[in-house]
Amino acid sequence: MFATAIIVFREVLEASIIIGILTAATRSIHGSKRWLAAGLVAGLVGSGLVAASTDVIGSLASGIGQEIFNTIVLGIAVLMLAWHNIWMASHGAALAANARLVGSAIRDGNSECSVLFVIVGLAVLREGSETVLFLYGIATSGEGGQSSMLLGGMVGMLLGIVVGYTIFAGLLRVPMRWFFSATGILVLLLAAGMASQAAHFLIQADLLPSLASPLWDTSALLPESGLTGILLHSLIGYDSRPAGMQIIFYLTALIVIFIGMKWAARSQPTTVRK
Amino acid sequence: MKRLSLIFLLLPFAAYAADADYTLIIKDHSFQPSELTIPSGKKIKLLVENQDATPEEFDSHDLNREKVIAGRGAATIYIGPLTPGRYAFTGEFHAATAQGSIVAK
Repeated sequence: MFATAIIVFREVLEASIIIGILTAATRSIHGSKRWLAAGLVAGLVGSGLVAASTDVIGSLASGIGQEIFNTIVLGIAVLMLAWHNIWMASHGAALAANARLVGSAIRDGNSECSVLFVIVGLAVLREGSETVLFLYGIATSGEGGQSSMLLGGMVGMLLGIVVGYTIFAGLLRVPMRWFFSATGILVLLLAAGMASQAAHFLIQADLLPSLASPLWDTSALLPESGLTGILLHSLIGYDSRPAGMQIIFYLTALIVIFIGMKWAARSQPTTVRK
Repeated sequence: MKRLSLIFLLLPFAAYAADADYTLIIKDHSFQPSELTIPSGKKIKLLVENQDATPEEFDSHDLNREKVIAGRGAATIYIGPLTPGRYAFTGEFHAATAQGSIVAK
């Protein structure tokens, strides 16, 4: 039961953290919660579909279909998170000024909402499909002890959701003047971590060279299987034995999105007072 | 977008990849053989064949690899080049029995 809880916890955690951070970051955008919820539902439906077609996806492109699928999902998620962060940077002042006004109409807020939908949908899709497969395997194995393992799965799922909610609740306590910097940095690190994971899948599929593998090894110091390692992996993309190529992807995403945010913040109109 | 188009450009080349160098079989939620010796300093292509009806995830922090293999399915995983040593892997969905290691010599 314990092992089952850990596996499901790990899978649920990343999606849960993303939802927690984005829900907090966009709390003053009208209708954002509805779009986040719609993304969650679409992601869950998608998980079932992806899980059911694991065999087909896996056998595409001479057996590296799964890596390509994961890379595409991660790639789109990175682009959307980048878009979100740059959008927030260019509207941050306006959002902060209107934070107390319910339903503040912000121009092009609709496109931001569809971006939220896509990000949450993809996050749930990727992590959810593995959970579905795992739980399906347990349910059909016919080896006894299923109910205790499924209970473990429930516990793991609940714990994952609790962590996401804790991050959400914690962010809401951050004072307004630090709030957008805090959520911006968290989303930036999430995006960089996903870029590194995309590189990891491309290396696994032999589509990219690893460039020094591993670049360092901190698995004895901070193992990825421990609780801290799991949390850091989901939050900032921690990898105990990363390939050099992963670090290149990580830093490139980090720097490019950061520059985009700075550029957007500078070009935003300064007359946002009401 | 650039990254995506790169992937599609590379797709045809992947199709020409040589057959697997090594094969692992998953049966009754365990790996056969449970220990695989490979040369160090060389990239190898590993085929993991799942003969069970349930899905399995080949998972190894030591090797920095993770891949889901459908029930009665197979998957290709590229490994290395490795420095000499022992690298543990597990079938994450049945970690109690699905344990193995790759020894690079």
